[in-house]
Amino acid sequence: MASLGHVTPQTMHFAEALPLQSGAALAGYDLVYETYGALNAARSNAVLVCHALNASHHVAGTHADEPKSEGWWDNLVGPGKPLDTERFFVIGINNLGSCFGSTGPMHVNPSTGRPYGADFPVVTVEDWVDAQARLLDRLGITRLAAVLGGSLGGMQALSWTLRHPERVAYCIAVATAPNLSAQNIAFNEVARRAIITDPDFHGGHFYAHGVIPKRGLRVARMIGHITYLSDDSMEEKFGRDMRAAEFGYTTQDIEFQIESYLRHQGDKFSEYFDANTYLLITRALDYFDPARAFGGDLSRAFAVARDHRFLVISFTTDWRFSPARSREIVKALVDNRIDVSYAEIAAPHGHDAFLLEDPRYHGVLRAYFQRIAAGLQR
Amino acid sequence: MSEKSELDVIAALVPPGSRVLDLGCGTGELLAHLQQQRGCTGYGIEIADDNVLACARRGVNVIQLNLEEGLALFDDGTFDVVLQLDTLQHLRNTEHMLRETARVGRLGILSFPNFAHWPNRLSVLRGRMPVTRRLPYQWYDTPNIRVGTHADFEVLARKNGLNILDSFGLQAGRPVRRWPNLLASTAVFKFERG
Repeated sequence: MASLGHVTPQTMHFAEALPLQSGAALAGYDLVYETYGALNAARSNAVLVCHALNASHHVAGTHADEPKSEGWWDNLVGPGKPLDTERFFVIGINNLGSCFGSTGPMHVNPSTGRPYGADFPVVTVEDWVDAQARLLDRLGITRLAAVLGGSLGGMQALSWTLRHPERVAYCIAVATAPNLSAQNIAFNEVARRAIITDPDFHGGHFYAHGVIPKRGLRVARMIGHITYLSDDSMEEKFGRDMRAAEFGYTTQDIEFQIESYLRHQGDKFSEYFDANTYLLITRALDYFDPARAFGGDLSRAFAVARDHRFLVISFTTDWRFSPARSREIVKALVDNRIDVSYAEIAAPHGHDAFLLEDPRYHGVLRAYFQRIAAGLQR
Repeated sequence: MSEKSELDVIAALVPPGSRVLDLGCGTGELLAHLQQQRGCTGYGIEIADDNVLACARRGVNVIQLNLEEGLALFDDGTFDVVLQLDTLQHLRNTEHMLRETARVGRLGILSFPNFAHWPNRLSVLRGRMPVTRRLPYQWYDTPNIRVGTHADFEVLARKNGLNILDSFGLQAGRPVRRWPNLLASTAVFKFERG
């Protein structure tokens, strides 16, 4: 299928401060975003794609002069693809606190003249959604045809229907959860401790020291990566494969291929990802819990989303956000008599399956988006 | 349950405007019909990937779930009508599912192949398991792991305190009200909690 070809990120500046869930406010900020396809005359065909932990506004297509710069959901978004850019106007927005262009901890704090570092305000899923809504205001989009996201992006998609119910028709939440479990938070905390205890972290103000807490970032990524894969897929990909034919009887060198793979992932990640961003985004994950304001009752939380239609998708081997967590979402929707479809895809790849091309998974998404397109006001 | 006329007969049992749960909804044909023709709303439950996709294409709400795991997703009395058409005979947990059907719905509508239909009886008399249009499988490869008769279901319903509101047979798309246990290949029951 055809790709979008070259796409160009854009930047929008917001002078008005954004009030945050914490009670703080973010003074003047930038959001970087990309759009694909064309907004129709009725402005009714906009689809917002929300990104997960380490992704960005660059959802699909490639950046000129960067041959390997395919967007993170390029297999889903493009002309003739399940989210068809010939029918929809697709928007990707880099979230605040991220490290791919939108205002984040590495940018200058106007009140000190130095990089925010650890002083960047703690942002939540709800804050991101509010910032996204402001960007849509400026694009002249009052109502989204759909909001779509996987993992942490799925949480944003859900949050849209709760915070701005009048501004979105369909919500598609993939491989996500209504909140993090103790185990999920535990993994996040180990990752954060790895970063924070790296001597190069300097309490989050490492920019001034001209260093990067790469060791911490590497370990954080290694831990995260384990949770993205299923036991089976790791076994199939690496098993007990070794680098050499015989044991080297070493405790510190790489012996098994899985070690090599994880170290490689960690190394790559530490070259481009910001340590403070990692802390902020994992914390946003921890805090997400729409049921909290309703005494833990998720059904009551979704009562405001009555007029939406939902598609929830999970993957059988995803143990990070298991099908049981998606079923909690489905139950809350059913309790409110909300239109929902739920697909539980028997994919072997674990949490990562949401980024991969599986004919059953993409088939359901394609069919669902075709239904949305058929009902659009032109 | 693919014949159009059978679909119409079953649909006519569903009160207009009902909140419906269709267990084993297949491609969503009946659910779409109930939505469009009788103003019903609700969900279908399916386990098969291709059926889930067909439902998505049709635009009916489908929830992918293994019915053997029960209906924990649904609170008591959530639905006006729970349909269990040609589904019961595939389930290991038949009786539990019947109770679940009665728990989540005010009305239950159920159909299954009637093993006591006369050609089946003849076949067994001849010493062979029946292979018919309605029961097209060999005994060793049939997905119909529960084999029962119209009369058997009345007993099971009574045992579970269900109140049968209506029952009849279906043969070649037509209702059979006289001797359905003998003359119909499909048994249909409409019941409520007693």
